[in-house]
Amino acid sequence: MTDKPTLDERIGQWRQYLRRRQAVHSADIEELEDHLRAQIEALRAAGLDEDEAFLVGVKRLGDLDTLSREFAVEYSERLWKQLVASPGGAASSSAGRRDAAAAVGLAAAAAVAIKIPELFGLRISGPSADLSFYLRNLSLFVLPFLAVFFALKRGLARSKWPWLAVPFVAGGLVANIWPFGPESHTGVLTAIHLPIGLWLAVCYAYAGGLWRRQERRMNYVRFSGEWFIYYTLIALGGGVLMGLASFIFETIGLNPEKALAGWILPCGAMGAVIIAAWLVEHKQSVIENMAPVLTRLFTPLFTALLLVFVAAMVWTGGVIKVEREVLIGFDLLLVVVLGLLLYAISARDPQAPPGRFDMLQLLLVASALVVDSIALWAIAARISEFGFSPNRTAALGLNLLLFVNLAWSAVLTARFLAGRVPFARLERWQTAYLPAYAVWAWFVTALFPVIFKYQ
Amino acid sequence: MAAMNIDKDLVAASATPLVLAILSEGESYGYAIIKRVAELSGGRLQWTDGMLYPLLHRLERNGLVKAFWGRSETGRQRKYYRLTSAGEAELERQRRQWQMVDRTMRGVWRAAIDPAEQPV
Repeated sequence: MTDKPTLDERIGQWRQYLRRRQAVHSADIEELEDHLRAQIEALRAAGLDEDEAFLVGVKRLGDLDTLSREFAVEYSERLWKQLVASPGGAASSSAGRRDAAAAVGLAAAAAVAIKIPELFGLRISGPSADLSFYLRNLSLFVLPFLAVFFALKRGLARSKWPWLAVPFVAGGLVANIWPFGPESHTGVLTAIHLPIGLWLAVCYAYAGGLWRRQERRMNYVRFSGEWFIYYTLIALGGGVLMGLASFIFETIGLNPEKALAGWILPCGAMGAVIIAAWLVEHKQSVIENMAPVLTRLFTPLFTALLLVFVAAMVWTGGVIKVEREVLIGFDLLLVVVLGLLLYAISARDPQAPPGRFDMLQLLLVASALVVDSIALWAIAARISEFGFSPNRTAALGLNLLLFVNLAWSAVLTARFLAGRVPFARLERWQTAYLPAYAVWAWFVTALFPVIFKYQ
Repeated sequence: MAAMNIDKDLVAASATPLVLAILSEGESYGYAIIKRVAELSGGRLQWTDGMLYPLLHRLERNGLVKAFWGRSETGRQRKYYRLTSAGEAELERQRRQWQMVDRTMRGVWRAAIDPAEQPV
């Protein structure tokens, strides 16, 4: 019994467990720990040994679920107050108001930024629009503001601010200096990969400069999923708004299309990026997040889909028809499967023993890998026949990147189910892998045009 | 908040005035407040310790108490709470309400035990 955990270790574990409850903030944990320690001291003075005192103390503090629910009730009220920005709130909401002001200001700045190129004659809508310019540069108009938002919110040290600018300057140079032709494939690839590279770069600001910390990265993954959901919701609302606007103005004989397509849509789409981020940050501490719920819902459905597909393929003895889009389609499939895996991991309690859902997940990943291997096989044949084009290479690279991640995830999940490795390994693998996506995205953005001679 | 032998709703309802009253004796912190509650009720009013904190935070947010960080005797970080003047006013208001309830209940208990002794 020499490796029995000390009291400090046990309290450390307890703290960690509590920290996962998003409704409980670190100051609250500090306070609860003081209580726990005082309780333990009193119990020890009464003659209990360290273990007993710890157990009784934790028990008296109450079951963590109930406790964090109580905190969440208290906190959601505070949150609601901040959202409606009631005057005369307590000091705790002054930080909330400052965040809100920063978010609104930066959203407005992003909305203005997207219109600046028009001053130089680059049209965003209409028949003479410079779409390829806007597509390539879109993320550069908004993500810098997002980075600033997080840098302000996290209080990033002044000395680290220059690092923030590096990816944006680099991205701006690549997107505008490379001589892309009008129908350039590599230009489109840059337009697709630059936002991904920049989004991952924003992680630096999100983590307050501490991007090496695994848990910060995991938080960024969580944030990204929630952000996506919020943005989709805002976009839906915006679509309804624009549809109605165009309808009611037409009834009085005005055509608002120019204002909608030239102003409302681009400015709104830019501003919404910041607003969605702010909303996610706000809601962060309420009990449940949305992404894990959707994950639970769709993991069984996707698993069923893939299994039926494999069965159908065997049944028909079918071969995958290799069309142009096939590779991209399978990339999307892997992205979705990875997303389901990632959000299930991010929401899971790492202490919980392996369960049925983990098995389902293994099945999902394994079936996706089987389907993808068959597709890859077919595509490899095509590439060996027609050679490497920029699109095929980019799609294939992404496919391999995802394949490696999922394959190792499957191995780790299987070992976790067998009780051989702790769940944290799976979490670590995902967060450690994030830079690989960044490297690939930047590679495609910056070097593909050079390698493929801007074709 | 779970009570050993007092109804749950009653414990919840009495929690705020009780905490305010204890703080009116002087500034204090979570663990000491729990101890004081146990002392005052002879151990019959038992709270789940953790539940005190969301309550204290609510009181703080409503400006009834003021929280500040200090140190314990052993040098640990400890959060103390002090009653504000708004808290004193609230305590007084609650005290009057409880006394009112108490008086009413007493009257009705007496009547229930001995119908002849109804107050005139």
